Amino acid sequence: MSTHLLGLIVALPLAGFLFNGILSTRLGGERLNETAVNLVACALPGVSFVLTLVCFMQLETSGKPLIEATYTWATIGGQGFEVGFWFDRLAAVMTLVVTGVGTLIHVYSTGYMHGDKSHARYFAYLNLFLFFMLLLVLGRSLLVMFVGWEGVGLASYLLIGFWFDDPAKAAAGKKAFITNRIGDAGFLIGMFLLWGAFGTLDMDAINAGFLGPKAPAVSASLVGLMLFIGACGKSAQIPLHVWLPDAMAGPTPVSALIHAATMVTAGIYLVARMSGIYSHAPEASMVVAAIGGATAFFAATIAVAQTDIKKVLAYSTVSQLGLMFVALGVGAYAVAIFHVVTHAFFKACLFLGSGSVIHALGGEQDIRKMGGLARRIPVTFVTFAVATTAIAGIPPLAGFFSKDEILWFAFASSQGGAAWLWALASAASLLTSFYMFRLLWLTFFGASRMTPEVEHHVHESPLSMTGVLVVLALLSAFGGFIPVVHYLEPMLPLPAVPESLHHLEGTLVIVAVVLAFGGLFAAAWFFAGTAQRAARVRETFAGVYRWLANKYYIDELYEAALGRPFTWLSDRVFLQLGDRTLIDGALHAMAASARRGAAAFGALQAGSLHRYALYAVVGVLAAVLWSLRHG
Amino acid sequence: MDRSQFLLWVSLALFSIGLLGLIVRRNLLVMLMCMELMLNGVNLSLVTFAQRGGSVEGAVLVFLIFIVAASEIAIAIPIVLLLVRDRLTLDAGAYTDLKG
Amino acid sequence: MDNVLMLQTVLWLPLAGMFALLVVPSGAHDAVRRLSFWTMVLQFVLVAVLYARFDPAAPGLQFATRVPWIVDWGVYFSLGLDGYNVLLVLLTAFLGPIVVAGSFTAITKDVKLFYAMVLLIQFAMMGTFLAQDLFVFYLFWETMLIPMFLLIGIWGGERRIYATLKFVLYTAFGSILMLAAIIYLVLATQQAGGAASFAFADLMRVKLPLDAQLWLFAAFGLSFAIKVPIFPLHTWLPDAHVEAPTTGSVILAGVLLKMGTYGFIKLGFPLFPDATQLFTPTIMVLAVASIVIGAGLALVQDDIKKIIAYSSISHLGYVMLGLVSLNLIGIQGAIVQMVSHGLTAAGLFLMIGMIYERCHTRDLAAYGGLARALPVYSVAFMLLTLASIGLPTTSGFTGEFLVLLGAFNNAWTQHLGGHSFALVLAVLAASGVVLGALYMLRFAAKFLYGEAKVPHAPVADLVLRERLILGAVLVAVFWLGLFPDGAMRKTEPAAREYQLLVRTSRLPAVATAQAGVDALAPAAMPGTKP
Repeated sequence: MSTHLLGLIVALPLAGFLFNGILSTRLGGERLNETAVNLVACALPGVSFVLTLVCFMQLETSGKPLIEATYTWATIGGQGFEVGFWFDRLAAVMTLVVTGVGTLIHVYSTGYMHGDKSHARYFAYLNLFLFFMLLLVLGRSLLVMFVGWEGVGLASYLLIGFWFDDPAKAAAGKKAFITNRIGDAGFLIGMFLLWGAFGTLDMDAINAGFLGPKAPAVSASLVGLMLFIGACGKSAQIPLHVWLPDAMAGPTPVSALIHAATMVTAGIYLVARMSGIYSHAPEASMVVAAIGGATAFFAATIAVAQTDIKKVLAYSTVSQLGLMFVALGVGAYAVAIFHVVTHAFFKACLFLGSGSVIHALGGEQDIRKMGGLARRIPVTFVTFAVATTAIAGIPPLAGFFSKDEILWFAFASSQGGAAWLWALASAASLLTSFYMFRLLWLTFFGASRMTPEVEHHVHESPLSMTGVLVVLALLSAFGGFIPVVHYLEPMLPLPAVPESLHHLEGTLVIVAVVLAFGGLFAAAWFFAGTAQRAARVRETFAGVYRWLANKYYIDELYEAALGRPFTWLSDRVFLQLGDRTLIDGALHAMAASARRGAAAFGALQAGSLHRYALYAVVGVLAAVLWSLRHG
Repeated sequence: MDRSQFLLWVSLALFSIGLLGLIVRRNLLVMLMCMELMLNGVNLSLVTFAQRGGSVEGAVLVFLIFIVAASEIAIAIPIVLLLVRDRLTLDAGAYTDLKG
Repeated sequence: MDNVLMLQTVLWLPLAGMFALLVVPSGAHDAVRRLSFWTMVLQFVLVAVLYARFDPAAPGLQFATRVPWIVDWGVYFSLGLDGYNVLLVLLTAFLGPIVVAGSFTAITKDVKLFYAMVLLIQFAMMGTFLAQDLFVFYLFWETMLIPMFLLIGIWGGERRIYATLKFVLYTAFGSILMLAAIIYLVLATQQAGGAASFAFADLMRVKLPLDAQLWLFAAFGLSFAIKVPIFPLHTWLPDAHVEAPTTGSVILAGVLLKMGTYGFIKLGFPLFPDATQLFTPTIMVLAVASIVIGAGLALVQDDIKKIIAYSSISHLGYVMLGLVSLNLIGIQGAIVQMVSHGLTAAGLFLMIGMIYERCHTRDLAAYGGLARALPVYSVAFMLLTLASIGLPTTSGFTGEFLVLLGAFNNAWTQHLGGHSFALVLAVLAASGVVLGALYMLRFAAKFLYGEAKVPHAPVADLVLRERLILGAVLVAVFWLGLFPDGAMRKTEPAAREYQLLVRTSRLPAVATAQAGVDALAPAAMPGTKP
């Protein structure tokens, strides 16, 4: 059925961007005060959230997806690129998360960014991000989604490098954009292949094409792989994960919104949305699961050794995204989306909580310089602890339900489930529990390792921040009971599980819970008190520790293998050898030979009259002889 | 050899002497005189042909050549004098300013 | 006003303006500027009206003039608007007032001569696009060289003589070869049809043996390739841009470079289809080389003008790629990319000119933190940067996306048939989106971010005139990015005709049967290439 609300949902944050961006920033003369900016910036996403609920109700009553066609972007040769919106169950879930959590984070930001000199610009960019993200999740065709896809990359670039006076922060933004673009190249190729095969980029038509009786003109696995490259870029999977930890340079609410709850889940959304392709592409799905599992484990190992509170959470995000890809790879698309939802709750809560800690400590982010905060910032502590427990997978909080389903299907799915995949994912989960509780302990427990000035400054955050934390903590606690998987089943059915494995389900649940608690106790044992035991292990395995702390030196590898060689190639080969020596050299040689030729002819004009007379005589003689011969 | 043939040989001789003189001699005035010689050699041959053929065009052309030669020498000698006034030499080798 | 008369006015107006300028006293700089500006504005208004009245469904030329000129040679002064040139004419007219307004404060000596040259060049460029007769085309093509020579040579930078000589001699070299080819071609029409003719329509019907086509294509192609410029004939561009005054760079990048690509789509490829088919792999390689190498070269430059100069080479590589893809989407994409590049490159050069007027240096290392010091400037700069790297919603995306889609689908079809060469090139071309981001964002990072370093600080942010100019460019960029359908509808018939012409062989005694078959080809069904 058709509607006009979808366009409105997308347009409201855009209006906020234009309004604040033009009027409230230095561009337009800073006409509005902070309160007005906050009001506009938070109200518009809030209204979008309400409208999403309305659409959700409409979807429930009508049972059919809501469709909104806006205009034709281009028509070439009779084939059209339409701009339209599509609201089905999957879109409903994603949009609710984006607008809901998004609005909450906007509200949190009013507290966090209070007093910042570029306050208005921040909210303009945040609204811009929301606009593009909604375009991404509500778009009907891959083209509209791609517009949103690149747009959120832009917003991410602008927000990561928000405090651009520091060149390192600006550089982090650039790194994110470039890495995303590499993924985008893959996405584009996938789109080209699909267009060539179907003549349209509408996702519902493409899925129908793959699920239909006739074999489509292009290999599902090839397209699946290309689109997955795009997903790797956006969702920070190996080998394109390197931008996410650097993205922590941006303000913490940005890390929460963009790099935890929404933008990075775009890759998951893409794969789930194109489930028609992936369910017919076993090779591509295998790659998805394998990379997801590897990333989950790999990132978790790095998180164990990080000392910046946000970096731990960043690698944790990469790891959790890996788990979501594992679920996608084995055909459990709805489960992956479920984890997207729960992850949005507890990861946003964790990031915002870390923001609260950083705010309380006046900017300190190194967990080695924290400690003993539990009693001094109690609301932050409690919410952080709840979210930590959720992510560790301890029942009955949200993370337990979603993660458990992922692990079960990783093991038992008939579309690629395997013991090794389950083992990899479980190991990642164990480590998750471990490093998250490590974080909790080092930050909040034990004796204070803060410097005196910082300690003096410690205070609980304002209500705008703590209020949001409480809401998110409640969602992290009870969010597991939202029947996301059940709701999505009609369009994203769960993969079948062989009869022989059914009885193991209970066992695996118990194993998962044991691992979660194991991580908790291990962390407590190592990091309680003065964390002596941890220090001793660190010294014993110093080499390993250094590798983990330096993220396996992957950034350095990329720089050495790709960055520097291309610059060298451009400078030495293209510029100096090619342009200057060869091409310009050839041109200058031609000019020089022309000059020499002219000089040679010039030598004939010696200025001597005798010479000229001689030439005249010789010429006449030659002419006479010639005419005698040919006459 | 009859008379006209003899005169033609004379005119060729005049022309050649003039040409050789032009090429060999370095004195500007002498070079001019050689050019006059060449002109006169050609004149002689024209008159000879006119008389042999019976038509009068050759003779008319001679008068034309006289006039042109006279005006040309009337300009050339002052030019030479002006040049010489500056360089104070009649040697053709001193005047190579128009070299390429 | 009658349309045909309007088109004639559009062409002759700048020339009339130039003559009017001669009457203005040399010292009255304000009058000179105002006269030039309003002449250009009037031209743009007329062109806009013609654009709106342009009907893509009508066959053949629109608002055409055909005045007998040198009838014995078959030369008619023939002008007209068709799908090939309508967008480029609009672009030229649009950039006219912008170019004039952008130079108000930059040029202070020989002001009258300067604007006379600008008007003359506008006349020449308009004439080249509007010409429908090869003699007229060549005449205007050559006319454009003199004012450009003077623009760079008189008002340029330190090495201006070297740069302008390089530009003129390089271009003229190609043009001479083209002249020889033109003469041969016209004589061929005479042999074929009995009367010599320079009219494009007649030339498109001539049958030529393959070796003749190859030589003629090489001559025409060389001339156009130097203009585009395609790697490896590009080295005149960075020098010309660096030494030219801002106005010169804007004209050069905004319109002049398009004359090369226009030459290819209007003449170079359709006149010699068999040679084009043979040369297609080579052109593809050179196009991709332009994209990749242009981007690499832009990455290592420290002169801000050179960065944009090399980026032009990279962007126009996409146009060439689209033109030889012979895929309707690719061709339309190429046409849009031409216009998009004209807008973004012009905008970026204008911005560089603005900062140069304030800070007097083109060295990237001398700048930093401009976003803090000049917020309005930085916003405009960032928007143009994003357009340059093809962010969706900007014209750059429309052009690049459609070109890559067309080229890729063409390559994929060949790959399925066993020839994977084109596919490798298409994938390489797709990597251009990453490379483009690399050098532009490096530029933006050093220019806008980091510690504030502003030579000759404090400097003022953009004034109203500058804001209006850049605003106009940005509006055009977003219009083409968000609503390209209107523009593409006007060019689609021409794109189809181009596709048909290049696919139809014109070897003697072979062509007719094939032409008949191609003409009957149905409109595309989904899943097949249109």
